[in-house]
Amino acid sequence: MSAPALTSASLTGAFTPEAFAAHLKTVAHLPAWWLDRKQAAYDRFATAPMPKRTDESWRFATLTGLQLDGYARGGTVALPQLGHAPVGIAKAGRIVLANNRLVTHDAIAADFAARGVIFDTLQNALRRHGDLVKSHLLAQPAPQGSEKFAALHTAFLEDGAFLYVPRNVEIADPLAVFHYAHGAHSAVFPHTLVVAETGARVTLVDLFRSTDASRQFACGQNDLFASHGAEITYVAAQTWSRDTLSFQFNSTVARRDARVLSLNLHLGGRQARHESYSQLQAPGAHTEMLALTVARGRQEFDQRTLQIHQAPHTSSNLLYKNALLEQSKTIFSGLIVVDADAQKTDAYQSNRNLLLSDEAEANSLPGLEIQANDVRCTHGATSSPIDPEQEFYLQARGIRKAEADELLTFGFFEEVLSKLTNDQLHDALRELIRTQFKQ
Amino acid sequence: MSQLEIKDLHVSIDEKAIVNGLTLTVRSGEVHAIMGPNGTGKSTLAKAVAGHPSYTITSGDVLLDGKSILAMQPDERARAGLFLAFQYPSEIPGVSIANFLRAAVQARMGEGEELDATAYYKRLYSKMDMLKMDRKFTSRAINDGFSGGEKKRCEILQMAMLEPKFALMDETDSGLDIDALRIVADGVNALRSTNLGVVMITHYQRLLGYIVPDFVHVMWNGRIVKSGDKSLALELEAKGYDWVKKELAHA
Repeated sequence: MSAPALTSASLTGAFTPEAFAAHLKTVAHLPAWWLDRKQAAYDRFATAPMPKRTDESWRFATLTGLQLDGYARGGTVALPQLGHAPVGIAKAGRIVLANNRLVTHDAIAADFAARGVIFDTLQNALRRHGDLVKSHLLAQPAPQGSEKFAALHTAFLEDGAFLYVPRNVEIADPLAVFHYAHGAHSAVFPHTLVVAETGARVTLVDLFRSTDASRQFACGQNDLFASHGAEITYVAAQTWSRDTLSFQFNSTVARRDARVLSLNLHLGGRQARHESYSQLQAPGAHTEMLALTVARGRQEFDQRTLQIHQAPHTSSNLLYKNALLEQSKTIFSGLIVVDADAQKTDAYQSNRNLLLSDEAEANSLPGLEIQANDVRCTHGATSSPIDPEQEFYLQARGIRKAEADELLTFGFFEEVLSKLTNDQLHDALRELIRTQFKQ
Repeated sequence: MSQLEIKDLHVSIDEKAIVNGLTLTVRSGEVHAIMGPNGTGKSTLAKAVAGHPSYTITSGDVLLDGKSILAMQPDERARAGLFLAFQYPSEIPGVSIANFLRAAVQARMGEGEELDATAYYKRLYSKMDMLKMDRKFTSRAINDGFSGGEKKRCEILQMAMLEPKFALMDETDSGLDIDALRIVADGVNALRSTNLGVVMITHYQRLLGYIVPDFVHVMWNGRIVKSGDKSLALELEAKGYDWVKKELAHA
């Protein structure tokens, strides 16, 4: 490892070489290839510069909010300390992690296990299914500006969830993974890896929660791999504390005729950066990239997306909707890339912002980069306040202005929520959004 | 017994005076029809009374049971017992009629009071049956992709659920074919009671054949220029608005 330079404190913050060495001790029982990867990742993290004002990939972001000082690995947590509340969905299995460690695990039903489904912690998967994990875990780059923080994630990733669904196995009920941050200054590195083999079908829900309102740090990633004809529905509900600095990276790989729907609900955090990287690698692949954000107070949500069409006859549909209240801020920067041989690509990208306050700020940077000549690509961004006629209509029925605006926000979101075919999941997300309005 | 008094009301939009000193008193149980040609200020009157923010009341007053409502927000006026049936109801994608009406009913309940969902749906379905509305309607988004007749039926459904003291019905007959008109009129007639006062704004006499008014007023240039009973509507139908115009010129 390179000798720490004078600037290393600002480059690593709390995540010093000593902190990394201490972390390595906690995962020393894991395979050597993984530890090597982590070491390499730490070196990249420790030497990469912090984002600069001139970086296009950080345009509009509040860079002073990204400081990494003052965080530490949180203590071990037992289930009763979490105040754990279910989400109201019938689950095929559940994993609860807190401060990077397993708290409890409901195994998947025996008949699924007998058919080869694996739903386990990442540590168990690394030890028992090393080859399977190795080819998919953090196998894709983080090309959207957060190389440093993605490397930090790899370096400090302690445990997470692994889901493997073998060929033609369909799991109707969602699997749920709860990632908790507990206690002041806790740093968490959640990870969920989903591998769906040919013709497999599965829904997984990641829930990111804080047990209290304290200052925390979250740096997570989810990797989704959908093999030929597989269907993955992935929902991430982020409700970190309002004083959390959060990074979340998504990598999706869709192979021939695969369909991946991912929906990210962003409610928590002081400053939350989300990067989503979707690769359509073979004909017939389709991804739905969806996100809903309710931004309040002085929250900042920074969303960067990349849809890469690498093969002909692929399609992607991105719809990110933000509702902004008070002095909140959102950033959307999206890019559709169509490779030269990806003819007949059908790609769509849309960012819609509903401004519920004059003081809120929505930034939008949609983009296209097309090398093929026979494609259909459209993108658009809009920002608009509540329609006063709709608001008056609801008020004329006796509904108070604040509730009218909440109803109209739900109306605005429904286009995204209605893409979920699981009604319980749909209602659970609505309920989470409602709590954000009640604050 | 309630009373809605509109006293010497003047209303402007963007500095342009539209209603010019209109006075009208409506009591519970009465149905008043306000007739008049286009552009005479009928819809402006209805929206201003309901509290639409684009309309400025420059002078005069509107009293509900003796108390001025002009300082009240539109939602407060609605909860106090006013209902505006819109000529052009807003389309609100993504908000189901069931959720919307539930919010409206809930808004009328006290702090901490919980809505009885079973009773609510029972009442909703009985009103829908009355208006010959399919129950699937409740899961549809408010007026989103509705036909003209569906929109107007939806307005009457809301009125039936919210049980106002006074309803201002703005051109409820516009855009309706004869079957839809009959259903809407039957709905309004079913709601007629000693507890409800109605102001029906209409351009045509047609609606008044189905909903028979107690009083008919002719509006012209932002004020009521002639009042009478239902026979005035028939006279208007026969002679046209020019008749009123000429009469005014002679006066």
